[in-house]
Amino acid sequence: MTQETKPHVNQNTPTRGHVIIDDVSIVFSGRNAETTAVKNASAEIKPGEFVCLLGPSGSGKSTLLNAVAGFIAPTSGAVRIDGEQINTPGPDRGMVFQQHSLFPWKTVLQNIAFGPRVSGRGNSTPLHEARAFLEMIGLSKYADSYPKELSGGMQQRVGIARALANYPSVLLMDEPFGALDSQTRAMMQENLVSIWREFGTTVLFVTHDVDEAVFLADRVLIMSAGPGEIIKEVKVPLARPRGPETIASAEFVALRAACLDVIRVESLKAFERQNE
Amino acid sequence: MMEAFRRNRRSYLLSAGSVSFMLLAWVLVTSTGLANELFLPGPQAIWDAFVKAAVKGYQGSTLLEHVGVSLWRILVAFAIACVIGIPLGILMGASRDAASILNPFIEFYRPLPPLGLYTLLVMWLGIGEESKLALLFLAALPGIIITTVQAVHSIDPVYVRAAKALGANRATILREVYLPAAGPMILAGMRISLGFTYTVLVAAEIVAATAGIGWMIWDAAKFLLSDVVIMGLIVLGLTGIALDMSMRYLGRLLMPWTR
Repeated sequence: MTQETKPHVNQNTPTRGHVIIDDVSIVFSGRNAETTAVKNASAEIKPGEFVCLLGPSGSGKSTLLNAVAGFIAPTSGAVRIDGEQINTPGPDRGMVFQQHSLFPWKTVLQNIAFGPRVSGRGNSTPLHEARAFLEMIGLSKYADSYPKELSGGMQQRVGIARALANYPSVLLMDEPFGALDSQTRAMMQENLVSIWREFGTTVLFVTHDVDEAVFLADRVLIMSAGPGEIIKEVKVPLARPRGPETIASAEFVALRAACLDVIRVESLKAFERQNE
Repeated sequence: MMEAFRRNRRSYLLSAGSVSFMLLAWVLVTSTGLANELFLPGPQAIWDAFVKAAVKGYQGSTLLEHVGVSLWRILVAFAIACVIGIPLGILMGASRDAASILNPFIEFYRPLPPLGLYTLLVMWLGIGEESKLALLFLAALPGIIITTVQAVHSIDPVYVRAAKALGANRATILREVYLPAAGPMILAGMRISLGFTYTVLVAAEIVAATAGIGWMIWDAAKFLLSDVVIMGLIVLGLTGIALDMSMRYLGRLLMPWTR
């Protein structure tokens, strides 16, 4: 029996995962007032591109990500992926949440197999597919463990594998490493980049951490503090693969400073608004 | 495993100690004549009553038959309550409208004393098995519904969102997310509800029964047979513990991730 132990990877230039955010505004109506979470956001993400949405807390970056995921309908404007308008969540967009989103009642293997099983995507049987992805993240021996038996970092690796097992055209990540300690987080970042380079999937990654955004992204979109507008775009031309030495380079420091300047102003605004 | 045993050894020892102390006190007050034997017979008398009821029977049925009849009534009524209550609870938890429609009835009858309710049930259903099962069913139902609703409300919405993002439809989400996510809390509600159903058993067997452990206790009390009454209560208590343990075992079997 020939056992394929690697996920099916498309080695060609990516053609799927072209994201267009077209003048999206999202307004929440509360009891007394309306809150504009996202205001006239427009962006285009090319197939295979890694883009970080960076902003202080309350800048609407997660709200915008949820609109791309299909969980929130834009009040005006639209999100289109490969020409199709997004209205509902779907398996063409893999979602990685901040933490504890693995199903506690399913084993690690069953968690990864869930997507291929219910969506009918994937290239072989769901369990076979799941084993290949488990092998890829190096957690094969935890196949029959329950999520609570894994560390936070391992759980998040399984979360990424679960999202990728559907072979989505876009991977959406909502501060996935926010709850991890800095050592684990650095390892997870390098791990994610190597997986992304192998798959060529478009990635939209939300974070409030400037270093994380610059380290990971091809391009950083910075959002302002409420109402959330995309106020600046920073291109990150750092060579890949990136590692610890990248962070020490003058180029990285300069890019980081460019982002920090904008973020500091926005964070201050958010802080002052809270104290009003 | 060993570590868990060592950690629990202290509590095992303490439990064994407190039970032994009670038994010893019982022997002392009965053997010294401190307690009136008419109201508190000694352990030997209880044991004799147990053997007599087990072998010769009490009022035409052996002890096993009495226990069997009662267990059958409880388990049938409780099973029906689960089959109706859990889906109803999930529905009420997922839909505010369903909850608004059904809540007034449940909230109204829930605090009614079982005996008061029973008189009406006997008028409607007669003095046979139906009214007994109906009373036990009505006793079991609200606890199951209320905890199931709570369980559904306390599900972390991130699981539902994750399932939707992975391409699951509504039926899959109900079956593979809502049910298992609410499972442990539903089981806890079932255990409490079964305990409450048990407390209603004697009331259900007072009227026109000829067998059942609750009836046996009630009948023996009329003749001041305190040894049979106490023996019956002990049997009732031990069966209750056994039922609860089997529920917990069943829970571990059905929900291995909670182990």
